[in-house]
Amino acid sequence: MLKNRADILDVQREYNEAVKKTKAQILVCAGTGCVANGSLLVYDELQAELEKRNLDITIDYLLEEHEQADDNGIAAIKSGCHGFCEQGPLVRIEPEGILYTKVKPEDASSIIDALVSGDVVERLLYHDPNTGEVYPKENEIPFYKYQQRVVLRHCGVIDPEDIRAYIAVGGYEGAAQALSLTSEDVVNEVLTSNLRGRGGGGFPAGRKWSIAASQEADQKYIICNGDEGDPGAFMDRSIMEGDPHSVIEGMMIAGYAIGASKGYIYVRAEYPLAVKRLKKAISDARKYGLLGENILGSGFSFDVQVKEGAGAFVCGEESALIASIEGERGMPRPKPPFPAVSGLWGKPTIINNVETLANLPHILRRGSDWFKSIGTESSPGTKTFALTGEVLNTGLVEVPMGRTINEVVFKIGGGIRGGGKLKAVQIGGPSGGCLTEEFLDLPLDFDSLRQAGAMIGSGGLVVMDENTCIVEVARFFMNFIQNESCGKCVFCREGTLHMLDILQRIVDGKGTLEDLDLLVEIGETVQIGSLCGLGKTAPNPVLSTLENFRDEYLAHVVEKRCPAGVCQGLKRYQIMDDKCKGCGLCARKCPAEAISGKVGKPFVIDPEKCIKCGACVTVCKFKAIEEVA
Amino acid sequence: MGWLMVNGKSVTLNGETSVLEVVRNAGVDIPTLCHHPDLSVYGACRMCLVDIDGRGIVAACHTPPEEGMVIRTNTAMVRRLRKMALELILARHDGECTTCDRSGNCKLQEYAHRFGVDDVRFERTEERLPIDNSGVTVIRDPNKCILCGECVRMCGELQGIGVLDFAHRGSDMVVSTAFNQDIRETDCVNCGQCAAICPTGALTIRSQIQEAWDAINDSTKTVVVQIAPAVRVAIGEEFNLPPGQSSMGQLVTALRTMGVSKVFDTSFAADITVIEETKEFIERVQSGQNIPQFTSCCPAWVKYAEQFYPEYLDNLSSCRSPQQMLGSLVKKHYSKELGIPAQDLFMISIMPCTAKKFEAQRDEFTTDGAPDVDLVITTQELARMIKEAGIDYPSLEETPLDQPFGFVTGAGIIFGVTGGVSEAVLRQAYEILTEQELKDVVFSDVRGYEGLRSCEIVINEMPIRLAVVNGLANAKKVLEDMRAGKVHYHLVEVMACPGGCIGGAGQPITNVNRHVRYERGAGLYRDDKRLPMHKSQQNPAVAALYENWLGYPGSKTAHETLHTTYTCRKKSN
Amino acid sequence: MTTLEQSVVRDEGLNTINVDDNVAAAVKRYGTNQSALIPILQEMQEQYRYLPKDVLNSVAEALQLSPATVYGVATFYAQFSLEPKGKYVIKVCDGTACHVRGSLPVYEAICERVGLEKGKSTTKNRRYTIETVSCLGACGLAPVVTINDKVYGQMTPQAIVMILDMLEEEETSHA
Ligand SMILES: Cc1cc2nc3c(=O)[nH]c(=O)nc-3n(C[C@H](O)[C@H](O)[C@H](O)COP(=O)(O)O)c2cc1C
Ligand code: SF4
Ligand code: SF4
Ligand code: SF4
Ligand code: SF4
Ligand code: SF4
Ligand code: SF4
Ligand code: SF4
Ligand code: SF4
Ligand code: FES
Ligand code: FES
Ligand code: FES
Repeated sequence: MLKNRADILDVQREYNEAVKKTKAQILVCAGTGCVANGSLLVYDELQAELEKRNLDITIDYLLEEHEQADDNGIAAIKSGCHGFCEQGPLVRIEPEGILYTKVKPEDASSIIDALVSGDVVERLLYHDPNTGEVYPKENEIPFYKYQQRVVLRHCGVIDPEDIRAYIAVGGYEGAAQALSLTSEDVVNEVLTSNLRGRGGGGFPAGRKWSIAASQEADQKYIICNGDEGDPGAFMDRSIMEGDPHSVIEGMMIAGYAIGASKGYIYVRAEYPLAVKRLKKAISDARKYGLLGENILGSGFSFDVQVKEGAGAFVCGEESALIASIEGERGMPRPKPPFPAVSGLWGKPTIINNVETLANLPHILRRGSDWFKSIGTESSPGTKTFALTGEVLNTGLVEVPMGRTINEVVFKIGGGIRGGGKLKAVQIGGPSGGCLTEEFLDLPLDFDSLRQAGAMIGSGGLVVMDENTCIVEVARFFMNFIQNESCGKCVFCREGTLHMLDILQRIVDGKGTLEDLDLLVEIGETVQIGSLCGLGKTAPNPVLSTLENFRDEYLAHVVEKRCPAGVCQGLKRYQIMDDKCKGCGLCARKCPAEAISGKVGKPFVIDPEKCIKCGACVTVCKFKAIEEVA
Repeated sequence: MGWLMVNGKSVTLNGETSVLEVVRNAGVDIPTLCHHPDLSVYGACRMCLVDIDGRGIVAACHTPPEEGMVIRTNTAMVRRLRKMALELILARHDGECTTCDRSGNCKLQEYAHRFGVDDVRFERTEERLPIDNSGVTVIRDPNKCILCGECVRMCGELQGIGVLDFAHRGSDMVVSTAFNQDIRETDCVNCGQCAAICPTGALTIRSQIQEAWDAINDSTKTVVVQIAPAVRVAIGEEFNLPPGQSSMGQLVTALRTMGVSKVFDTSFAADITVIEETKEFIERVQSGQNIPQFTSCCPAWVKYAEQFYPEYLDNLSSCRSPQQMLGSLVKKHYSKELGIPAQDLFMISIMPCTAKKFEAQRDEFTTDGAPDVDLVITTQELARMIKEAGIDYPSLEETPLDQPFGFVTGAGIIFGVTGGVSEAVLRQAYEILTEQELKDVVFSDVRGYEGLRSCEIVINEMPIRLAVVNGLANAKKVLEDMRAGKVHYHLVEVMACPGGCIGGAGQPITNVNRHVRYERGAGLYRDDKRLPMHKSQQNPAVAALYENWLGYPGSKTAHETLHTTYTCRKKSN
Repeated sequence: MTTLEQSVVRDEGLNTINVDDNVAAAVKRYGTNQSALIPILQEMQEQYRYLPKDVLNSVAEALQLSPATVYGVATFYAQFSLEPKGKYVIKVCDGTACHVRGSLPVYEAICERVGLEKGKSTTKNRRYTIETVSCLGACGLAPVVTINDKVYGQMTPQAIVMILDMLEEEETSHA
């Protein structure tokens, strides 16, 4: 039981001294990606090697919760990724911070040898494929170097299941600081920091809080929004799994600020490990007196409970989330009243995103001035992005607000995989937009992106190259939205259905020019007319691509051609007259009887009959049949 | 008092809670498909969008008015959005208006016309879902449902039952019973309010017009009709008469013209109900047993109690409803008087009520194996028959009702409005308990339209606590409070429909407007005033019936003819 | 974490469990407020691997909700299934990262291999249920497939068919 701030510092000191006593630590990444690449075998081999030599070196997983790879060597793991899986399996040597990449079991003895002699294994260090430069230390590698990790800072560095490890790195000091202030001062500190919501909207957290703080009520609630529904974003998951206490501490601070004594963490159904970690963290925090009655002798009482979602993207929307906690269908409710006035069970309720909350301990501990020194003036602090798609280094990236897309994709991401050409960056998931090359120097912050017709949204950043069909991507997002629309209001329920219908027609090669106009017309009305944020932003991917990539739409509807060669419906097979020997084999194999001709003369494919199965291509010995886009 | 601007005109605020209310009060109509003042705000149809300076386009139904707002309801964008919303709805709607029960009475049809939706540019849904035709009263056609949720909130919020709810999500969302089972299998109490509030033909009331014509045309049958109190003040609305204007005389003429033999007034039986129920009530109060006494004339309420609160069935008055009392009297007694065998008499009730269709089919209410009431048709159905027969209703001469069941008092008339049964019972209970004549017959404490009203009336130094309820959710509240020992009543009147039977689901569709209901209620109170007698015990025809046949209130014959028993209908244990 | 074996074993003896007792036990844990509804349904879904009608009715009764309301909630959330699921639940990630890296061909290959009828999600023999999900948070391994919660990364149509071949072989040798 920690009774005051001094007790926290005691735990900190004890733990750090214990750590100092160990000579070295070998950390083997057991994240999803690394295990898939065989990190568990590396672990076993390292362990065996250590035992053989009888060395007193601890070896630990960076992330546990692993399982043996099966016979295929295919991994079976549930955990969030920590950033650099592309280069896995990763092995880290502490305290030096040396990072070995692509480690194989047979490398174990060299690693131990080097460790004993104080060397490094050069061939296992990260070699920059673009420059050829070699980096021994993790924090010097461009992927990490250009990042500034605030909320991800503990992920993969501390044991998320050990509350002492969290306290040792300064954990719960922010909460202690908050409790030493009045709640008005806490609200003011957050107002001054200008921390803006990381859940998508970018609404200043302090402003929302002051509304809730000024309400008279016998009960208020804090809800942590861990629904993270954007298909392709997983930063909240990493925080909840890798640093659960930072979320709890953030909620405590928010609770104290508005006068709430109860908090809920709403976690997406697909994140069982996050649930497990959070539950463990809550129970430890209770044991340490950091949750419960009279926390740190301040008279403030606060407790937290985890609520698991049941599979609905729309439940990320505040009022739907509340409905879901209350046990109803997750259908958004009309606003006003806003949750800060009347939320969960009609009580004033603050809903903040995981990342927003995880910033709070740092802000309280280091002050709003420190926070404002990062990022831009209107968007201070950092933002995490999930960098995916055709980029070399996929993973989680945290940078100060205001960095450009260029820096993130090329400097950190290492550019396009396979050396291709960047075509577009989709940002903000199903509510965001597609940006072209033109926007490479656009600063990544709330306001710049909004001006460019996109949105930070949750922070999904999908890099697309020439082989990605923009129209198909628009259809993909619309399909997602159609599946996830709650069905309540007319525009979103029916409008997105018809938008999807039209997009499907276009990728099937049946679109018309009028369809493009209709898309815009429905899209605009859906944006304006829908009840909740889901519908209001649903047309963004379509409208932004229609604007930025109109050519590609035109190619589909006018020329009946998919420039990226992706759309099945627009594929055509053609027999090249000059190569065809007229053997007739293809005609016999064609299941659709689409090929005809006279033996000895070039054969022809009837595009009307062809079902694009590709059988003829495989069967032709003379490679006379080609796929044309 | 604040003000704001509506389409360039300054409007004073009067405590309205939404922009919609303000705008409508200012005389400007905004279309709505999912909003009803009696229900919670839902915000789904997006028909009510308006433009507010500085805010852009917002839904009027869930935007609170603010001082100084500049509201425009008819901008190009607003019109475009409305039209698009309608077009989107229609793309999926089974728009077979000509054969639709609601044609001419349908909000969707009206709006499509009014806002000029002349083309639907999207692919229309061809697939059709099955129609649920199983209900005694309510028929569900999901292909006409626009998912406005009014029925869901009606059944859930006002009736506290929740037979209907949304199921699935997104474009697969439907309004459904649990497991999409037939409505006949559910806890539906047949109040019909969901259909009354439905803006389209997705929920309709089973029409039995053909059966009525068949009976009238059947030369072997003598058709006897009874007309419930609330019908007379509403049916005129179908013929452009103002709501509340009583037109009983025309009604009788119309029915005679159509070929009906006898026309009686259910209010006559209501007088008997008062006498029987008051006797029962005084006995219970004096013995202290089965207090409170619940009224039993609303069949939706009776089924509700049987399903959800069987432990309170002994508290229900054992009196049959006036409809069934009259049916029973006609089949058991009057047929003999006429010399026509019961099975050759065909009794049709004209009711504001859809639940009476169910009540008439209950096994308890038969004479020699034949139903006491053969057929129940609603006010709406009768209006349609009158139109079909080509009768110019407003210009009809008045014809008096047939005797002996045509003589009524004001007490029987006010049965049609919430609080009426209580008031009628009080008018008699007072005289019995005090053995004095009641001078002022108006008990204003029990009048009003609030869903749950309670009061205490002292008669002969004895305080009588009453609760008057309309809407079954309010009945639930009373029962739960009783169970928790929070309230103690002597008499509880329960009517399922808003405002009582004047707001029954069989009434002209305008009954979803509470002001129309108030007019109808006022019409009944006017009739009460106009009639020479206001107390059931004054009715000479009733007295004669007791003398000649029933004996005395509560006699054995009275019990066999006028009372009933209830069955537990709870689904599981 | 449940292994393939465990989840399969759990599937058997499904009908021998007393519904009302099970529901009562869950209600005891979560209470009778409506906010208990989703956790209770989750537990029931976990136990039965779908939500049988009896379970839903029993939950409605216990929480004093209308069956239509419970049905409405159960059909709203993707996690709940009112149809018995197959012995193997195969989830194909169709999140953005996986989609861009070719999850659909993988999905199609699975459907073809197990002979799934169009418009259905469970095979006739109740062996497989195939679903698409959005982002499993392992985008680095895109495209990702899970079979009864086991994660398979960097899938190709060929690789997944191989895995299914093995499963089928196991199944037929057991039978
Ligand atoms: C359809 C929809 C989905 C959303 N999903 C999420 C989500 O998964 N996580 C989240 O934090 N916010 C999500 N939001 C935003 C939240 O509604 C809310 O604005 C946010 O949690 C507030 O927290 P913040 O102010 O800290 O950003 C979503 C909004 C909409 C409209
Ligand atoms: S916009 Fe879509 S998700 Fe939001 S309430 Fe309307 S239908 Fe539901
Ligand atoms: S198989 Fe090749 S060579 Fe033979 S007919 Fe076909 S295209 Fe020509
Ligand atoms: S692709 Fe298939 S259908 Fe088309 S021509 Fe070749 S074999 Fe025939
Ligand atoms: S519901 Fe209305 S619009 Fe639809 S068919 Fe009936 S009358 Fe026509
Ligand atoms: S108005 Fe309608 S019902 Fe009349 S003729 Fe034209 S289509 Fe037919
Ligand atoms: S008739 Fe009444 S009880 Fe039946 S579903 Fe409609 S509203 Fe509910
Ligand atoms: S049935 Fe009628 S009232 Fe109910 S949602 Fe559908 S259209 Fe609305
Ligand atoms: S209140 Fe009247 S109209 Fe309504 S169900 Fe009851 S008896 Fe019928
Ligand atoms: S799994 Fe090891 S770095 Fe991502
Ligand atoms: S009436 Fe306002 S949204 Fe339907
Ligand atoms: S998109 Fe498939 S795991 Fe993230």
